[in-house]
Amino acid sequence: MIRVVLPAHLKTLVKVNREVELDVAGVASQRSVLDALESRYPVLLGTIRDPTTKKRRPFIRFFACEEDISHDDPESPLPDAVVSGREPFFVIGAMAGG
Amino acid sequence: MSGVRVLVGTRKGAFVLRSDGMRKEWDVSGPFFGGWEMYHIKGSSVDPNRIYASQTTGWFGQIIQRSSDGGETWEPVGNQFNYDGVPGTHQWYDGTPHPWEFARVWHLEPSLTDPDTVLAGVEDAALFQSTDGGENWRELSGLRTQDSGSSWQPGAGGMCLHTIIVSPKDPERIFVAISSAGAFRTDDGGKSWRPINKGLHSEGIPDEDAEVGHCVHHITMHPSKPDTLFMQKHWDVMRTDNAGDSWVEISGNLPTDFGFAIDVHAHEPETVYVVPIKSDSEHYPLDGQLRVYRSRSGGNEWEPLTKGLPQSNCYVDVLRDAMSVDSLDSCGLYFGTTGGQVYASNDEGDSWEAIVRDLPAVLSVEVQTLA
Repeated sequence: MIRVVLPAHLKTLVKVNREVELDVAGVASQRSVLDALESRYPVLLGTIRDPTTKKRRPFIRFFACEEDISHDDPESPLPDAVVSGREPFFVIGAMAGG
Repeated sequence: MSGVRVLVGTRKGAFVLRSDGMRKEWDVSGPFFGGWEMYHIKGSSVDPNRIYASQTTGWFGQIIQRSSDGGETWEPVGNQFNYDGVPGTHQWYDGTPHPWEFARVWHLEPSLTDPDTVLAGVEDAALFQSTDGGENWRELSGLRTQDSGSSWQPGAGGMCLHTIIVSPKDPERIFVAISSAGAFRTDDGGKSWRPINKGLHSEGIPDEDAEVGHCVHHITMHPSKPDTLFMQKHWDVMRTDNAGDSWVEISGNLPTDFGFAIDVHAHEPETVYVVPIKSDSEHYPLDGQLRVYRSRSGGNEWEPLTKGLPQSNCYVDVLRDAMSVDSLDSCGLYFGTTGGQVYASNDEGDSWEAIVRDLPAVLSVEVQTLA
């Protein structure tokens, strides 16, 4: 089971206020986790990555185990700690404030 | 009993303001979609319970929301706006070619005859249509691909298609306006388009009376006179009486003719309202006095409407889609400001009251007149 932490705007959109837990078939990678996430919550299509090209949106980053993995190969296996559920997969929106 | 429902889009969510026909006491609900920019919310005139909303942020892209119960509940529908074919390029700010890229939906225009059909004006400028309640969107690409498309340039707010008017007498005739390309018209339901900017004169572009390149801010029409349009351009208030074939300036005695919002009285097709803004660099009212100007003669002679509006130290803006009129017997007017106020008049603009004063910056105001 993969734990996914969404940014506040997307939690609002999918009407959850906590982590999302996903079962991911096969190798858990950025791509397979996001596929499972979008399958569970179709409203997220296009909000994290382009629905056609699958390219990550510019103001979005992916973190795991205190590392920025945004630029890793989307097909690469996620760290064991994320796969085992000990650490979450973070979808992060760029910070903005005044 | 008759009433009104005012749909307000703000920088941080949507609000629904309801009142009876007196328009004195208001119920305020929201925010809906808190934290998201709500560019435009508009209801169907065929089925007032059907409402479409454009929900967007620069972070997470575009969502389209649909309500089928008058804004009580909402459901996300389709958000894939794919340009038809290989979109090519338009001009960037510096004149270099720039790929067409979808950014957001600025305006949603429900059909006058079918609640499931709706047009969407988007940035980068293009027109999309859904015929299944917003589930799927198809570009009416004849607009973007007509001769001048590759020469269009964005204004400071982006290259947005912000105005859509479908002729009530001929559904094949549609008017759109794009910042900063100008106004365009189709007479065949969106297959072919042509610029309708003759008579516009814009300082700041190389050819001041060019066929395209004018920063049109907003256009409005009274349904009983579909060949007459009123335009608030970057500078200048204009009108046409031949469906855009030629325009004449009607700024007349306005203290400044820069502005964004323009609208027409629901029952008097020659009564027009604008909110003059000081200048293109100073987006606030002249002398700190928020004044709606009304012309009862179709332009040129304008009177300031001030009762109930702040007449000192007011430095808010009123954006292009942030003004609307109801069609009750005594025409009501509504406008929202970047300071978060929504003002209402139940007497054709003679007097005003703030329905709410402290919303996030208001992007759009649309009113539904309910039976």
